[in-house]
Amino acid sequence: MSTMTTPDLTANTAGIITPNPFWLASAPPTNSGAQIMRAFDAGWGGAVWKTLGQPIQNVSSRFGGLHHRSSRAIGFNNIELITDRPLDVNFREIAEVKRRYPKHGVIVSLMVETREEWREIIKRAIDAGADGLELNFGCPHGMCERGMGSAVGQEPALNERITSWAAEFSTVPVLVKLTPNVDDIVPNGLAAKAGGADGVSLINTIKSVIGVDIDRFVIEPRVGGSSTNGGYCGPAVKPIALHMVAALAREPAFGLPISGIGGIASWRDAVEFLLLGCDSVQVCTEVMLRGYRVVEDMIEGLREYMRAHSFARLSDMVGKAVPSFREWGELDMNFETVAKIDPATCIGCQACVVACNDGAHQCIHPAQGSRVPRVDESECVGCNLCQIVCPVPGCITMAPVDNGFAPASWNDFIAGEGLLRPKKGAH
Amino acid sequence: MTKLPPTRSETVFADAKPPYGAAQALAEANRCFYCADAPCIQACPTEIDIPEFIRKISTDNLKGSARTIFASNIFGMSCARVCPVEVLCVGACVYNEMDAPPIQIGKLQRYATDRAFAEGWRFFEAGPDSGKSVALLGGGPASLAAAHELRRQGHACTIYEQSELLGGLSATGVAPYKMQADRALEEVEWVLGIGGIEVRTGVAIGRDLSLSELRERHDAVLIGIGLGPDRLLAAPGHELAGIRGAVAWIAEMKTKALDLRGIGRAAVIGGGNTAVDAVRELLGVGIGEVTLIYRGSEAEMSGYAHEWAAAKIAGARAAFRCQPIGFTGEAGQVRGVEVVSLDAERRPIAGGERVIAAELVLMAIGQSRLGALVDGVDGLTLAGGHVVVDAAGATGCPGVFAAGDCANGGKEVVNAVAEGRRAALAIDRYLRGGEAL
Ligand SMILES: Cc1cc2nc3c(=O)[nH]c(=O)nc-3n(C[C@H](O)[C@H](O)[C@H](O)COP(=O)(O)OP(=O)(O)OC[C@H]3O[C@@H](n4cnc5c(N)ncnc54)[C@H](O)[C@@H]3O)c2cc1C
Ligand SMILES: Cc1cc2nc3c(=O)[nH]c(=O)nc-3n(C[C@H](O)[C@H](O)[C@H](O)COP(=O)(O)O)c2cc1C
Ligand code: SF4
Repeated sequence: MSTMTTPDLTANTAGIITPNPFWLASAPPTNSGAQIMRAFDAGWGGAVWKTLGQPIQNVSSRFGGLHHRSSRAIGFNNIELITDRPLDVNFREIAEVKRRYPKHGVIVSLMVETREEWREIIKRAIDAGADGLELNFGCPHGMCERGMGSAVGQEPALNERITSWAAEFSTVPVLVKLTPNVDDIVPNGLAAKAGGADGVSLINTIKSVIGVDIDRFVIEPRVGGSSTNGGYCGPAVKPIALHMVAALAREPAFGLPISGIGGIASWRDAVEFLLLGCDSVQVCTEVMLRGYRVVEDMIEGLREYMRAHSFARLSDMVGKAVPSFREWGELDMNFETVAKIDPATCIGCQACVVACNDGAHQCIHPAQGSRVPRVDESECVGCNLCQIVCPVPGCITMAPVDNGFAPASWNDFIAGEGLLRPKKGAH
Repeated sequence: MTKLPPTRSETVFADAKPPYGAAQALAEANRCFYCADAPCIQACPTEIDIPEFIRKISTDNLKGSARTIFASNIFGMSCARVCPVEVLCVGACVYNEMDAPPIQIGKLQRYATDRAFAEGWRFFEAGPDSGKSVALLGGGPASLAAAHELRRQGHACTIYEQSELLGGLSATGVAPYKMQADRALEEVEWVLGIGGIEVRTGVAIGRDLSLSELRERHDAVLIGIGLGPDRLLAAPGHELAGIRGAVAWIAEMKTKALDLRGIGRAAVIGGGNTAVDAVRELLGVGIGEVTLIYRGSEAEMSGYAHEWAAAKIAGARAAFRCQPIGFTGEAGQVRGVEVVSLDAERRPIAGGERVIAAELVLMAIGQSRLGALVDGVDGLTLAGGHVVVDAAGATGCPGVFAAGDCANGGKEVVNAVAEGRRAALAIDRYLRGGEAL
């Protein structure tokens, strides 16, 4: 209602201004102008056009899903390549989308080989009206064998060189899309920065085999009698994406804007990426599975979240959780929690009893005359396992214990400066 | 707003469908497939975007969930409780196709909307003043839903209601194990909270004011007066005390403390939803023996099968294929219903007469139709006692619209709300006629 101030969702990602931070990632949902215009009508703030490059052809089939218990596709993989539509058509549609949706962000994803090809395709993208460019150094299948995609993203020197060409040719912001198929993301982010990128987006998909057809003895997704490794994405990859985003966000030498990608399926996921330093977020799998309409809840949920925390604009919240990230050696060893079971909401499933008994420290016991188990707090190490397995939200809480010890980290202890509380559950 | 006595008889009832707690709501919401072009939406007369509001429950966006519901149906709170979901949204859920339990849409809707009421969330504001005014006849769901939409469009509204209570049958008719009258009145206040709706209670149109007078005072008129009083059977003995219309008795049970002294047995005549409700309500207020008397077979009852099944579990008796032919009494007080058995063609069977003992007899054989009110208004026509309207709710008389039971012949709250809103949008177009859109 107008009596409350509405939080401003306007996002600025390396100078690309969008009405909200929700972008479609470069993928099938951004294949064509007609799709992107429907997406903008549904509420998406920006779209990264399906990667443009030299003509390719795709196989059939292309996708695989990881289903878990009753959840379909908590993970998703694909062996599709970049756009298979003619470049002329793509550029014509980009121009049309920009004409009809001047306030929305159209970022054009590109992947070509030679310096001349980069010069040519960047000019055409900008002429068509691109608000920004995204260099696809991430695709882990098909294109990397041709020396593009993740073959570039995995090699910092190559990444820096190609980024520098794009920075030279482009008059609009350049984002480098990083691949997660590396053991440390930081050198790759720094290479993009050294090459002159205005920002980065991450993650692209993770090299994967989604499954095996156990009757045909063929890996999936099956292309006749064979298949190949694909790119993994969807909710299951979010923790990997968050880790990589956080690693760059807290790297003092980095400091570029980040567009976060990987497993974002709801406003809550988006908030996590923003709190870890992203200025915008990109979504692919959730839209592939459920359609553009999911953005309504994302926008509304983010707005209510901001209101609840009195954040007037995105910059009030971006990066707020970054300082909480520490090396293990800096954690407070004396912080102690124990599990508390709320007898009023406990349904007596005793999932926690089994989990603690077999998977943790054998300190939750069935109680006499009641289905509500009993926690032996003197043995509870505060690991969270019971809370994770409990099907009733809020039933098990991890309550801090005042053990009288001042905060002390392992590093303090090694340096002879801290006193550690006695170990629990280690007999 | 009139206060309801806390001793009223309906307060003995508990919810037949108890509300969800957070854990239940989350588990149920996560089961939803989030169908596209969802059959549940198509089955809802107000077309609530059901998969969307359920998804928002699953992400803990309860405010957004409630907004989605109210954007389509401002009576979303009461509809969550009183709608016959088994034959509407829930009946259409794709889980039925898998022979698996369908999503409990009503309960989820109640979860989100109860929360909105508890938190005082409001989502809509009146539009800029249009300078036009609309009269709404009757203060039931149809008129209230229309008034709310008209305020959003900026038109001034006056509701004329013959009784002292707003809410119509949503307050005085629906079974108390679905929703009690105080909750309905709370909803009325919540709907009126948009502001700018003048309420004139105790004014009967046709008696205190005529339709023609209203047309002079206002730029448009919506008729939302529902159905008339119970129809009664004029069989011998019908003047005995203890023979009542079912809707009138239900209204008394919901708003007052009933005097049930001397009543050990009751009979309800009819086979529709009002009859079935009345049977369950009589049993619920403590009448030991309650018999439904119906001309047809059990399968021919027009009352919903799921409601009748619940009545039987509560202990209802039934006399099917029986026609009441008179009432027996003592000292002016009814003591029984004389019935005759009917054959398959519904012809009386010779020698099939008997008496069903009852100290209270409720007639649930329909409500009377519109009469004098609309007589002599040019262009207004009735068919079978209902106002004839087009798909948008317009009557043949320019500027006069109708919605709800009085136009559809008697359906559900959700139909009245859908039609009220649709008529309001038609009124808005009518009032802006000539203005460029
Ligand atoms: C016993 C019973 C149980 C029901 N149970 C359910 C249920 O569980 N679920 C469900 O969805 N639906 C139920 N219904 C149906 C539902 O209540 C109606 O469909 C709905 O209330 C119709 O709304 P309305 O606004 O058209 O009319 P009403 O609710 O009838 O409102 C009309 C209003 O107009 C007033 N009025 C009438 N004449 C005049 C006049 N001349 N001047 C001024 N005011 C006037 C009346 O006093 C009344 O307040 C039930 C109905 C009955 C009778
Ligand atoms: C079928 C499919 C095709 C994709 N094509 C591209 C592409 O052409 N260019 C690109 O940069 N990323 C591509 N991606 C990767 C996505 O843009 C995104 O980085 C990844 O899916 C992680 O996000 P998500 O978990 O929201 O799906 C593709 C992903 C999928 C599933
Ligand atoms: S999703 Fe569409 S294109 Fe893909 S297999 Fe099914 S029908 Fe074919």
